[in-house]
Amino acid sequence: MAAYPDDLHYTKDHEWIRVSGDTGAIGITDFAQEQLGDVVHVQLPHVGEKFDAHATFGEVESVKTFSELYTPVSGEVIEINEALADAPELVNTSPYGDGWMVKIKLSDPGQVDSLLSASEYEDFVESQKEE
Amino acid sequence: MIKKATTHVNQNEGLIFERSRPGRVGYKLPALDVEAEPIDSLIDSKLLRDGDLAGLPEVSEVDVIRHFTRISTWNYAVDFGMYPLGSCTMKYNPKLNERVARMEGFAASHPYTPDEFAQGNLELLKELEDALAEITGLAAVSLQPAAGAQGEMTGLMVIRKCLESRGAARKLVLIPDSAHGTNPASAAICGYQVKTIKSNANGAIDLENLRQVVNEDVAALMLTNPSTLGMFEENIEEVCRIVHDAGGFVYMDGANMNALVGVTRPGDMGADVIHLNLHKTFSTPHGGGGPGAGPIAVTKELEPFLPFPRIIEEKNHKGERVLRLEYNRPQSIGRVRAFHGNYAVLVRALCYIVTLGPDGLREATETAVLNANYIAHHLKDVYEVAFDGQPMHEVILNDKRQQKTGVHTLDIAKRLIDYGFHPMTVYFPLVVPGAMMIEPTESEGREELDLFIDAMKSIAREAEADPELVKQAPHNTRIGRLDEAAAARKPALRWKPAKTSSAAGRE
Amino acid sequence: MRYIPNSAEERAAMLREMGRQSVSDLFRGIPDKLKLKRSLNLPAALSETETLDFFRNLAERNTTRHTGGRMTSFLGAGAYDHFIPTIIDTLISRSEFYTSYTPYQPEISQGTLQAIFEFQTMICELTGMDVSNASLYDGSTATAEAVLMAERVTNRPKVALAGNLHPEYRQVVDTYVHNAGITEQTIITCAETGTVLPEAILNLGSDVAAVVVQSPNFFGGVEDLQKLAEATHKIGALFVVVVAEGLSLGLLQSPGKAGADIVCGEAQSFGIPLSFGGSYCGFFATTEKLMRQIPGRLVGQTTDTEGRSGFVLTLATREQHIRREKATSNICTNQGLYALMATIYLSTMGRRGLREVAEQNAQKAHYAAKRIAAVDGYQIRFSAPFFNEFVVSCPKPSEEILAELADKKIIGGLSLSRFFPEMKNEILVCVTETTTKAEIDSLVEALK
Repeated sequence: MAAYPDDLHYTKDHEWIRVSGDTGAIGITDFAQEQLGDVVHVQLPHVGEKFDAHATFGEVESVKTFSELYTPVSGEVIEINEALADAPELVNTSPYGDGWMVKIKLSDPGQVDSLLSASEYEDFVESQKEE
Repeated sequence: MIKKATTHVNQNEGLIFERSRPGRVGYKLPALDVEAEPIDSLIDSKLLRDGDLAGLPEVSEVDVIRHFTRISTWNYAVDFGMYPLGSCTMKYNPKLNERVARMEGFAASHPYTPDEFAQGNLELLKELEDALAEITGLAAVSLQPAAGAQGEMTGLMVIRKCLESRGAARKLVLIPDSAHGTNPASAAICGYQVKTIKSNANGAIDLENLRQVVNEDVAALMLTNPSTLGMFEENIEEVCRIVHDAGGFVYMDGANMNALVGVTRPGDMGADVIHLNLHKTFSTPHGGGGPGAGPIAVTKELEPFLPFPRIIEEKNHKGERVLRLEYNRPQSIGRVRAFHGNYAVLVRALCYIVTLGPDGLREATETAVLNANYIAHHLKDVYEVAFDGQPMHEVILNDKRQQKTGVHTLDIAKRLIDYGFHPMTVYFPLVVPGAMMIEPTESEGREELDLFIDAMKSIAREAEADPELVKQAPHNTRIGRLDEAAAARKPALRWKPAKTSSAAGRE
Repeated sequence: MRYIPNSAEERAAMLREMGRQSVSDLFRGIPDKLKLKRSLNLPAALSETETLDFFRNLAERNTTRHTGGRMTSFLGAGAYDHFIPTIIDTLISRSEFYTSYTPYQPEISQGTLQAIFEFQTMICELTGMDVSNASLYDGSTATAEAVLMAERVTNRPKVALAGNLHPEYRQVVDTYVHNAGITEQTIITCAETGTVLPEAILNLGSDVAAVVVQSPNFFGGVEDLQKLAEATHKIGALFVVVVAEGLSLGLLQSPGKAGADIVCGEAQSFGIPLSFGGSYCGFFATTEKLMRQIPGRLVGQTTDTEGRSGFVLTLATREQHIRREKATSNICTNQGLYALMATIYLSTMGRRGLREVAEQNAQKAHYAAKRIAAVDGYQIRFSAPFFNEFVVSCPKPSEEILAELADKKIIGGLSLSRFFPEMKNEILVCVTETTTKAEIDSLVEALK
């Protein structure tokens, strides 16, 4: 059973963001990693690259499929999770912890308000499953 | 009960590099018959290799024979039995084809042999072009594309070039959601955007939807017929009319031609271009992943745009008919491959056609369709059939009934290996969840079909009674399910010597 | 029909069992008006004996060393007549190899998978690169794939191709890039040496994705790859080395060591018959850094649930069946069996044999060049060192010379006017280990 921590904000593309001050860490949800299966490679941007909200910032690959990664909000990449290069499986084992992907400096912290809460995201996932 | 196969002693074998021993030799060359000069007096020593190819083995001829013979026995093959990969048409590869392709006049012929000394080759190519034109009902054939995917690319380029000559290349290629992945990939190389169109409930093209999306931006519709769902596109004429009326072309993916040869012709349906997979329909071997050949057939209007050179007939100064390669083709898309395509594959395909003749070709088609229907008939009560309707040369089942015990398509496929069969195509087409696509071809006799049906029924029973047995399969192979995630996370794509690290990687 | 096991009676019984009247019942999905109401207009089926005669007649109308007009040939230019060990045909004639499919089911395809893994290793050794794929169609399409990959990696819009690249490879690249938004530029080669000079590369702009250089080049000359790599990297482009004569790698410095980013080419010289130009075997190798952009299939080593070593197709998310229009290439079927032929060849010849064959090529070609250059009116056109091919300038149009040679049962080489109108007196001559001294001497006599 997938879990969705309350302190995160979510998107319908199955990313999450953990905001602290004007920065935020981004990763993919437990549901997303379950759907992908064994993650084998994560393609991440370079520090300093700027993205609008809902822009493709990278790609996550499993054995038999791949999925693009979208920014929940706009901002500039200030750190990437180097550990994923050698251990992409962290996305499976710890989607909300060691499996984070990038940290960004938010250019418009107000955008966070438009994201989904944990319970809203959970409802969204359930509705997707029914389809 | 497993009837077709039993386990037996199976040779172990390492990598060829591990057999290497200093001083072993596997060849004998004639002695050099010109006076040898110091090699660095011929080529500057800084341009010469300084390492000594440490990674290549030193083995005897016997070592090579033992090595490759042993590892060969780890493969399943058509010559062992039914190889029911859907959309792959794993039919029998006639041995006569192999003998003919090896005839010295073909095998030792250089591609730049002047035309007058290569009349046999040109004649052979012309015969094959004419035969494929007749089989497809289209005006002209190019034999240059090296495989189906290259045929797709070539065909779309021909369409694009023709549209450009009419004024505009247009932007879109429409591709049904059930299509093979090469279709969109080929369209992308030709500079087209792909628009996916949905299949209707029967897996056919939704005419209403098609009418809505077809407009003056659409360069072509790519369609497989019979579709990858194994069903003939009943409204094919109307589909072609809708696309043609909007000034677009219909590209037919000929991967499934084994259902049609001698019974109906793509040209008569309205298709403008079709590629043929000679390694499917025309019996040339798949070779563990190629070579194939993907000739395309096109309408008269598209002929000027085909790759160069073209073979043309002329009279020589004595008034005899001769064939010549014509390179001056101003409207051609260009070349898609050096020389004349996968010639040795083309020889085999013509051999198949002349050995079968018109009646044999039709009989093969009818038998392929009969065999697929026979399987569908006997399995439809055990496995869910994905689509209602009349299957042609392949049938698509799914794993819905087996899922309740936790057994999935992949497990059924792997368990089939224990029963002595190669699995069917799984999880394709993508529009059928848990798809199992079975194409027996005409090459299977009734006993083999019955063994397969029994195996599938038996696996369905196992899925009920002992699901773990199926989920852990295969049990009787020399190796179990492999860790594909580990392979992709830390790719090991070459052998490296164990000790001397300097010999690994770059010299 | 002998390729169909079931007799007509058995088929009728199967139909009855299914409750069908006739086989045409099964084709009711096809609208009647689309059905072919006649037999295909093709000749009636031939027996096995007749089929053999039919093809023997065609084969005998081709001139090779032992068929047709039985001539000695000095043709090369991307397709080479080399010694082929008998055991290659023995081994590839095993049903397990040639009648199997692409190894999608690893548990019953380990033979094919391991052979490809060995092929990948050998290509890495020969080219000096980190990663090789499982093969592409041929050298020309491998070159086109290299150009497309360079554009993906660098996001630059231009590609610069050496003027001495095989003209047919160039034509294939032209076709592939035509709709890909890539523009091409030709690197003019030195009139004296026939090779690419580093200055010509340094003069290219900073918008070039790849510099594509063939070595030995189409005229047979060996390029100074190290210098060209340095120049290419100065302008920030990828250095693509094309090897149309694979055997040269047995003698020449590996392109990887010289600094290549991609090495691609043709493995035909490794035990694959000429067969009028195909099937051949394209190879493609690159650096570990660019591994995920490589086109085509890859085999990797891994373990099964019991910890036993085995091989699988890997990094499949690059490919068309998953990535569809975003794939690194549209290739699906490649040249599997021909990669196996190359693997068997390289195993049989081994590290010493490959060197020995390569040296014989160089020795014999240089002997031939020296003797031809001594004939009045004939010269070796370019001054660069060469491997087994060289350009001869003749005292009159090459077409006339070749016609005279043909009367003496010699195919003297390739007339270069076919591709380079300004080279109307030039012939590209190839000499391999299969050419005897006596044959070279008769060519020289015939030219006199």
